[in-house]
Amino acid sequence: MPGKLKAKIVAGRQLPVMDRASDLTDAFVEVKFGNTTFKTDVYPKSLNPQWNSEWFKFEVDDEDLQDEPLQITVLDHDTYSANDAIGKVYIDIDPLLSSEAATVISGWFPIYDTIHGIRGEINVLVKVDLFNDSNRFRQSSCGVKFFCTTSIPRCYRVVTVHGFVEELVVNEDPEYQWIDRIRTPRASNEARQRLISLMSGELQRKIGLKVLEMGGNAVVGYLQCFDLEGESGLVVRAIGTACTLDKLSSLPTAALPAFPQHDKNCILSVPTPTPPLPAGMGSGGSVGKEGGPLKTLLRQQTQTALEQREFPFFTLTCFPPGFLVHVGGVVSARSVKLLDRIHNPDEPETRDAWWEEIRQEIKSHAKALGCHAVVGYSESTSICEEVCILSASGTAAILNSRFMQEGCLDSYSEHRLSQQAVFFSAGSERGEFDMFLQSKDSSASLGLEEPSPPSCGFCHIPYDELNMPFPTHLTYCYNCRRQKVPDVLFTTIDLPVEAAITGKGCLIQARLCRLKKKAQGEANATAISNLLPFMEYELHTQLMNKLKLRGMNALFGLRIQISVGENMLVGLASATGVYLTALPSPGGIQIAGKTPSDIAYEQHISNMQKKINDTIAKNKELYEINPPEIIEEAVGSPIPEPRQRSRLFRSHSESSDEVWELDLSHGKKDAFVLEIDDTDAVEDIHSLLTDAPPPVGKSGTGPHISQLQMLTEDLMFTSVRVFRLSNVNMTNQGLNKIFNELCENLLKSLYFKLRSMAPCCLCHLNFVVAVPEEDLIQVSLMQPTLTPQLDPSQSSRSPTTISENEEQLQFPLELCTESPSSQPFSPSKGTGTEGWTVSTSVDYSSFADRCSTWIELIKLKAQTIRRGSIKTTSSQEKASPLPEGRSRSLRSTKSCSGSTVSVVKMTPLPFLPGTKIVKYLGIINMFFIRETTSLREEGGVSGFLHCFIAEVFSMVRAHVAALGGNAVVSYSMKECVFMENPNKNQAQCLINVSGDAVIFVRESELEAPTAPPHTSVAQNAGSGADGTT
Amino acid sequence: MEIMSVELDVFVGNTTIMDEEVYQFWLDGYTVSDAVKVRMEGGVLEECEASAEVLQSDTMDQYRTFQMCERLLHTPAKLANQLLFQIPPHRQAMLIERYYAFDSAFVREVLGKKLSKGTKKDLDDVSLKTGITLKSCRRQFDNFKRVFKVVEELKGPLVENIQTHFLLSDKLARDYAAIVFFANNRFETGKRKLQYLSFQDFAFCAGQLISNWTVGAVDNMVEDMDVDLDKEFLQDLKDLKILITDKDLLDQHKSLVCTALRGKTKVYSEMEANFKNLSRGLINIAAKLTNTKDVRDLFIDLVEKFIEPCRSDRWTAADMKLFLIHYTNSAHILDTFKHQVTWDRYMGVIKSCILKMYHD
Repeated sequence: MPGKLKAKIVAGRQLPVMDRASDLTDAFVEVKFGNTTFKTDVYPKSLNPQWNSEWFKFEVDDEDLQDEPLQITVLDHDTYSANDAIGKVYIDIDPLLSSEAATVISGWFPIYDTIHGIRGEINVLVKVDLFNDSNRFRQSSCGVKFFCTTSIPRCYRVVTVHGFVEELVVNEDPEYQWIDRIRTPRASNEARQRLISLMSGELQRKIGLKVLEMGGNAVVGYLQCFDLEGESGLVVRAIGTACTLDKLSSLPTAALPAFPQHDKNCILSVPTPTPPLPAGMGSGGSVGKEGGPLKTLLRQQTQTALEQREFPFFTLTCFPPGFLVHVGGVVSARSVKLLDRIHNPDEPETRDAWWEEIRQEIKSHAKALGCHAVVGYSESTSICEEVCILSASGTAAILNSRFMQEGCLDSYSEHRLSQQAVFFSAGSERGEFDMFLQSKDSSASLGLEEPSPPSCGFCHIPYDELNMPFPTHLTYCYNCRRQKVPDVLFTTIDLPVEAAITGKGCLIQARLCRLKKKAQGEANATAISNLLPFMEYELHTQLMNKLKLRGMNALFGLRIQISVGENMLVGLASATGVYLTALPSPGGIQIAGKTPSDIAYEQHISNMQKKINDTIAKNKELYEINPPEIIEEAVGSPIPEPRQRSRLFRSHSESSDEVWELDLSHGKKDAFVLEIDDTDAVEDIHSLLTDAPPPVGKSGTGPHISQLQMLTEDLMFTSVRVFRLSNVNMTNQGLNKIFNELCENLLKSLYFKLRSMAPCCLCHLNFVVAVPEEDLIQVSLMQPTLTPQLDPSQSSRSPTTISENEEQLQFPLELCTESPSSQPFSPSKGTGTEGWTVSTSVDYSSFADRCSTWIELIKLKAQTIRRGSIKTTSSQEKASPLPEGRSRSLRSTKSCSGSTVSVVKMTPLPFLPGTKIVKYLGIINMFFIRETTSLREEGGVSGFLHCFIAEVFSMVRAHVAALGGNAVVSYSMKECVFMENPNKNQAQCLINVSGDAVIFVRESELEAPTAPPHTSVAQNAGSGADGTT
Repeated sequence: MEIMSVELDVFVGNTTIMDEEVYQFWLDGYTVSDAVKVRMEGGVLEECEASAEVLQSDTMDQYRTFQMCERLLHTPAKLANQLLFQIPPHRQAMLIERYYAFDSAFVREVLGKKLSKGTKKDLDDVSLKTGITLKSCRRQFDNFKRVFKVVEELKGPLVENIQTHFLLSDKLARDYAAIVFFANNRFETGKRKLQYLSFQDFAFCAGQLISNWTVGAVDNMVEDMDVDLDKEFLQDLKDLKILITDKDLLDQHKSLVCTALRGKTKVYSEMEANFKNLSRGLINIAAKLTNTKDVRDLFIDLVEKFIEPCRSDRWTAADMKLFLIHYTNSAHILDTFKHQVTWDRYMGVIKSCILKMYHD
C-alpha cells in the first residue's frame, strides 16, 4: 500500500437552488477515488453548506494515484426520488506526488456541470502520504516532474538531456459507445471527461516510466494531444523531452541573473571538456578528408550518443547557450491515413506504427541536412470524418554533446574510443564536413573546441557544401566571416538567446485555402494527399515572399498547420521573421510579365514593381533593418541575384509507403521573380501587399517599443471565430482572399482591443485553424500575450549592471509620459541617449528570444501611447472613481476578498516578464465538455462559447490557486472543438488546456534578501487559497 | 451577395477586460448597433485604423461580458468572491459604482413613489418624458427596488448598510439612502409646484430627516431605524401648537423676532405683516405630521405655506436665513413655552430644508 490519499470537504458556497419550494438545497458530497466512495452528511437547507467533514482516507497503489483523478460530486439530497447531481470537481493529484512540487491542495473549486456550467463552489483539502517503494519493477513513476514549458524551466539546471519520449493510449469514445442512445448526452459527456482524465493520468505515468528507464527525473516540453477519432475511438498521445534536472535552490537570489544565464554559468564553470588532440589514433587516416579532428571528434561523439537513440528528437524550442551548434532548417512530414476502428485498445499498434513511420521520415530528412538531431519538434493531427492528416515538424540541428551524457565530462575520454569507431563509418559515408573547417583549426587547436562565435555559430551550415541536400546559395557568415551560411533560414525553435539580430521582428503569416471535391474513403485520402504538396509549396512561397517583402532573412517558431474539412483544405503558417545579422541581406522581389506585350501592360508591371520596392523600403524602416554595409568579398557568390533555396524538407505519404520529396526550388527558375501570367498571380501579389502591418498611427512616427514593463494586469486572451461561407461556387482564389481577410481582421480586432495598452508587444500569438463543418472555417487566436514594453529582463544581463538597470527602469517611464512622440526610441536616431539606445537593441534581442515565437509590435499615435504608459504606473489611483475615504474602505474589502480569490496570471510564455519563478507546482492538464439544449437562451453560439471559455479560465485559476500557485506559464489551449445544431437549439464544445502551475515573485521584491520572500509568498498563496470558512 | 458570414466571434481574457465607454453605452441602454454608431462618430476608428466590423465585434464582446456580469452586480459583494471573472479590484469598484449610478432626471420621476410593479409599468412614460431608454430606466428602477428590499429589514444605520451590501461610494450610498427613505415614506415630490426642486435638494432634506427625525436619531440598533420617522416625536410636535393657539405667545414671539430683524432686512415690513401666517403655516405642518397623509405632503406644504409667500414678497436667501434663525431662537426666550427640545429638533430640520429648497 504505497500511498494514502486524504481528502476533506470543508464547505460550499453559492450553490444553486435545487428545491424550488424552499429556494434552498440539501447538499451532500460524494468523494470518489478508484472504486472507493465516501459521503459527507447532508447539510440541510442551505446554499452555503458547512460540511467540515472528517478526513476521508483512500489507501491506494501509487499507480492508481497517477492514473486516477479525485472525483468530487456535489448532490442534492432528495428523500423520495433520486438525488440530483449539482456538479463535479475533478482534482488531478499528480502534483502532490513529487516531493518538490505542491504539498497540499486546498481551496475553492468551481463545481462544474456539463449542462449548467459552474454552479457554486466547494472548498476542499487534499493531501497524500507516500510510502517509500522499493519495488524495482513498479508500474508507477511517481516523482517524475512534468513541464509543458519548452525550455529548461527556470530555477532548474539541466544535468543531462536524455531525449525523446512518446506514448499513446487508446480507448473507445463513450459518445460513440452508446450509440443506442439509452444514455443522455450529459451522461456520455460526463463519462468522456472522466475517461480522458483517466487516460491522461495513465499516459503521464507511462511516459514517466520511460523517463525513469532512461535515468531521467523530468519531462520538459511535454505536449499532450487528443485525437477524437469518432467511431474509431479516442487517442491520447504525448511527446516530450526526458531530462535530468537539478534544482537551483541554495543560490542567493540577488546574485542570480535571469534564467538563461544559469545555464551558461554552470556550463562555463565546468572546465571545458577539451580533450587533447587525438594523438595519432588513426583519425588522420579516416577523417583525413574532414581534416578538423577536434571538431570532428566532438561532433562524432554527439552523433553517436544521439544515434543510439531511436529518435534524436527534442521538443524543446529554447536551449541553454552552447547546446545548439548548427541549425540545418525545417524538416516536416505529413501523412494521410484512413481511420479504422481500433480493435484492441491495449495494443494500439496501428497508431504507433503511423507515428513511427512519420518520425522515421523526419529523422531521414534531418540526416539529409547533415544533422543528427531534430529540435523544436512537435506533432499534430487534423481529422475530418474518417480521414486523418498526421503531421510532424521540427528543426534539423547539430547539438553539443555535453548535455547528452550523464556525468559528461568524466566519461568523456572513456567513451571516446569506443564511439570513435562508430563514427568512422557513419562520418565518412556522410562526408559532412565542409572544407573551411581546416582553416579554423588553428583557432580550434588553441584549446577552444567551439570556434564559432555564439552569435552566429548556429547559422553556419551543418551540411556539406559540395553536396548540398537542396539548391541553396551560400556566403561567408556576415558575422564571423569564417564559415558559410545560407541566405535564408527557417526554424521551428525560438530565436537563440545569443543570436545577433538587426532591427525588430514581426509576425509573418502565410494563408491558403484549397477546395477539394467531397469524397469518401480511399478516394478522399488520395485527393487530399495529392493536394498537400501543392499547399506546402504555396505556403512556403508565400512565407518566402513575405519575408523578402519585410527585408528579413530568417523565420523562427514556424508552425505550419494544414486542416482538412469536407470540401476544403486550409493551410496556415505563422512565424516570427527577423533579420539575422549573420545572414546576407535578402534580395528584392522582381516581377516579370509573361510575354512581352503592349506598353500599357509593361507600365502596369513596372508600377507593381515600384510598389513592391517601396513596400520593402518602408518595411526596412519600420523594422529598423539597417545592416551595416559590408563590402562583398571575393569569397561569396554575388548576392544581387538571389535564388530560391528551400530549407523546407518535407514529404507526404499516403496510406501506401510511397514517399517523395518535393523540390521547392522552382526548378531552375529564379524564385523571386514573380511571374504574373494570369489574374490569379496578380491577386497573389495584391494580397502580398495588402498584409496590414500593425497599426502605426497615421503619422507613422510612434515611438518604438523597447522595454518591457512590469505587467500590472494580466493579459491573456483567447479568441475564437467561426465563419460560414455561403457561396457555393467558390473558387480557390476567392476562398483565399476571404481566408486572408479573416485572419487580417482577427489581427486588426486584436490591435483594436489592445489599443489602450500601447505601446506594447504581442508575442506568442497562436493561430489555429479548423474546418469543423462544410462551409465553416474556425480560426482560433489563442493566448496572445500582451506585454506592455519595458525593461526588465534586464537581469538577463550580468549582475554587475544591476544598478544601471534600475536607472533604465525609470528612464523609459519618464520618456513615455513626457515626450511621447518626438522621441523615437530607435537605435539609429538616439545618439543623444547613448545608454538608452544600446539597451534598446539589447533588450529587444533578449526579449525576442524569450518571447518569440511570434512577435508583433504595436505602435499607436502619440496620445494613445501617453495614455498607455501612464496607465501602467498610475492606473490604480486614477481608475478609482471613489473619493479618498471610500476608496480606503474599498481597499480593505479588496484585501479581504484576496483571501478567498487570489489572482492567478496566465501566460503562454515560459516566464512572466519582470518576475522570477521560484517554484514549479506541477502540470495543469484539464479537459472540459460543455453542452446546451437552450442555445438561443444562452446568447447563441457566441454567448455559449464566451461563457464556457470564461468558465475554463476560472477552473484553471482555481486549481492553480489550490496548489498554492499564482500563475500558469506555458499555458495553451490545445483543443477547442465546437459543434452546433441550431435547429435543435443545441451546441456542444470541448476544450483542452494545459500549462505549468508556478509561484512567481516580482523581481523588485527579490532585490533584497533571499529565501524568506519565497516561502512567505508560497504560504500566502496557500493560505489565501484556504479561504475563509 | 454576402459570401461569408460570421457565425461565432468571441474574445475572452483571463483578466476580464472592459472598455468604460462601452460600459456606459450598455448602461444607458444603447443597442449594439447604436453603440457602434456612436463609437464610430467618436473617432476611435481613425485613431486605430480599425474597420466598422472590428468595432461591431468588440462591442458585441463587451456587451456579452456585461450581461454575464450583471447577475453578479445585483449582489456586488459576490463580485469580489466569485471565481468566474478575474477583475482587478479597482475595476470592480468602477463596475459597481457605474451600475448603481442613476440619472437625476429619472430619479426625480420616481422619487417618493412606491417601488412596485405598478410604478414599473409606467416606466415607458418616464422613458418618453426623460429621453432615457426604457432599458436604462428599468435598470435604475430595479436598482432602487433591490437596495430598498435589502436594507428594509436590516438593523443599523441606513447609509452604512447600503455601503456594506452594495459597496457603493459614500456619496452614492447617501443618495440611495434618500431614495429608500423617500420611497418608504412616500413623500410627494411630483406636484407641479415641486418641479423646480432637484434630486439633490430632496436628497439633502432626506439626510436631515434621517439624522434628526427618525427612530435611529435616538436609538441606533432598531430595525428600520433610519427609514421610519420617530412616532413619539411626531406626537410631541402637537405640543408646538401652543405657539399659535396661545395669543400671548404668538404676539411675544412675533415681537421678539421683529426686534431682532428690524433694520437688518429690506423685507421687514412684509415679514412683520406676514409673521403670523408664516408661523401658523410652519406649526400647522408640525402638528399634522402624525397623519401619514400629511407626512407625504411635507414638502408640498412647506412650499405652499411658507416658501411661496416669502418668494412673492421677494425675500432673498439671506433674508430667509436671518428670519429662520431668529424665529427659532426667539422661541427659547418665551417663558411659558416648555417644549424647547421638540422645537429644536423640529426647527433644525425645517430650517435646513427650507434654506435648501429656497431657490428658483
